[in-house]
Amino acid sequence: MNSLLDIHDLTVAYHRKPVLWDVDLELHQPQLAAIVGPNGAGKSTLIKAVLGLVPLASGRAQIFGEPVARVRQRIGYVPQRESVDWDFPVSVLDVVLMGTYGRLGWFRRPGRDEREWARECLEKVGLAQYEHQQIGQLSGGQQQRVFLARALAQRADIYFMDEPMAGVDAATERLIFQVLADLRAAGKAIIAVHHDLRTVPQYFDYVVLLNVRLVAAGPRETTFTPDNLRKTYGGRLALLDAAADAIAAGSGAP
Amino acid sequence: MIESALHALRENYNFVVILCGVSLLGAGAGIVGAFAVLRKRALTGDALSHAALPGVCLAFLVLGERNLPAMLLGALASGILGVAIISALVRWTRVRDDAAIGIILSVFFGLGIALMGIIQRMGSVGNKAGLSSFILGKTTGITGADVWIILASAAICLAAIVVLYKEFLAVSFDADFTQSLGWPVYAIDLLLMSLVAAAVVIGLPTVGVIMISALLIMPGAAARFWTDRLSTLLVLAGGLGFVTGVVGTTLSYTFDKLPAGPVIVLTGAALFLLSMLLGHRRGAIARILAHRRFRRSWQERQLLRTLYELIESSGFRQRSVPQDDLLSLRAWSPAEAQKLVQEAAVAGLVLPLPGGRVALTDQGWQQALEATRGHRLWQTFLAEYPEQAGSVVNLASVSVDDHLPPALSDELQAKLVAAGRWPASEVAP
Repeated sequence: MNSLLDIHDLTVAYHRKPVLWDVDLELHQPQLAAIVGPNGAGKSTLIKAVLGLVPLASGRAQIFGEPVARVRQRIGYVPQRESVDWDFPVSVLDVVLMGTYGRLGWFRRPGRDEREWARECLEKVGLAQYEHQQIGQLSGGQQQRVFLARALAQRADIYFMDEPMAGVDAATERLIFQVLADLRAAGKAIIAVHHDLRTVPQYFDYVVLLNVRLVAAGPRETTFTPDNLRKTYGGRLALLDAAADAIAAGSGAP
Repeated sequence: MIESALHALRENYNFVVILCGVSLLGAGAGIVGAFAVLRKRALTGDALSHAALPGVCLAFLVLGERNLPAMLLGALASGILGVAIISALVRWTRVRDDAAIGIILSVFFGLGIALMGIIQRMGSVGNKAGLSSFILGKTTGITGADVWIILASAAICLAAIVVLYKEFLAVSFDADFTQSLGWPVYAIDLLLMSLVAAAVVIGLPTVGVIMISALLIMPGAAARFWTDRLSTLLVLAGGLGFVTGVVGTTLSYTFDKLPAGPVIVLTGAALFLLSMLLGHRRGAIARILAHRRFRRSWQERQLLRTLYELIESSGFRQRSVPQDDLLSLRAWSPAEAQKLVQEAAVAGLVLPLPGGRVALTDQGWQQALEATRGHRLWQTFLAEYPEQAGSVVNLASVSVDDHLPPALSDELQAKLVAAGRWPASEVAP
């Protein structure tokens, strides 16, 4: 059986300093996976390396057993919110429509079908009434949901998301998670950089612990342990205590 | 001025030719430049035009005579070389792009000026080269054949933008996402920069290397003050570039001592200034008015809330408070407080009473309740969710309901009720 995601021997370096070092990672089944690690651990870079957005020093990444370039249309991507200029003169619907560009290919413009589909995606993230607004008028949480809607519009089978819940309020976080859970239930895989250790047990069923090297990866119950977290974060205890509480709470939940 | 322009129009075929040429150039440069500005490549056009000068001179030196197509090809080649060196510097060294642009721009321009000096020393040939028009621009040199070339290039720019609108939009807004679709972001960028280069090179003999970048940048930047829609922005940028060409050429033709480049740029600047002041989307005047409106309504809400809180702290025994008490809670001067009370009185919200007291009217009481509720809901929200302060809170609206989901707003209200801090309407005296 082909693996869903197969990262082998991946190294990325900026000016000789390794950002990712000899990372091996395999996912066999669709998972709701969190990439967790301290600042500068290379979490975003891992996603960008898989998608071919940063040059690799060595290694390769395959998706569905094929080179990434051959399965682009099955991949969805949510970049970090800060990576774009929200002052850009486009409407909310324009941005979501970009999710349909991959299937449209060159020269063709999005038509009625694409518009309807984009509106459907906006509805799923609860922003239907904002479609004509300029994107800069939205709040941070709403902007994050616009990016999520754009990824939904890609109709992908595997989604890479860079901090999809950063800077959003608790209700929006639950809404976003619900969308992710629905995708997962529909057999899609989601690999998301997640910054908040406390909510990992609540939302994710697979965990990738990263700090330049891969520390551990596996089902959350066996991998998201205080021991592994210590290996990932070093001795920052306050953080780990909070995580330990979350782990205890998470394992107590049904 | 208009009369003399009309006179010139009747009298002079040349003028019509030049007018057409510069206006078309303005329109084409405006549209292409608008995308360059959105892609944050505005300075690349500037570097490109300055780097084109040595190419012009070298073409002249090699051929030994003035040959416009060859000189423009030379300009294109050295302009592209300059931009290529800039991106190589950024990619392979630790020089940042603003520094790289600064270095290449001045070095190539300096080289061009040095070459011009050599050409001018060559005696009779050198004087006929007319190279100085490449620096400051000279519209009188445009011929009927040039207009066709300019028209063709403007048409090519326009066609490329229409056909590749979606591709340029995607790359300008979010290059990483576009690359994740498997699109050749680098090639699309290169194409956009080629269009910029085409506009620059065509504009060189007319507007000159120093000022052509203004024709690229200003129309797009000015159009942004009028619209939030990209398609409208591109049309406007083309229109503003066209108008810049028409007015600039007319002025320069009317006062024939003025070099064309500076006049065209100053015309563009005037349009930019007008847009900056008057643009209804984000023009300065619209912003100042909006800010004043916001400030007024904010101050009014502050006043009402302060009155409510004073009445609340007195145990709701009376609906009026001494006006001076306002100063104990707010950082207003007595004059400011007096002005706010007067304005609120005109709006029918408060009633100044004899003895320096202020009372809330029924309408004022309702609004004070709302203002206080909104304020306390926001404060509670910030206390409960401090990490979201920057992204969610909006002082421009009274109620949190526009920004938070109803369930969350209910939860916050319940907290306030439990703490006995929820302003309830039934305690109105």
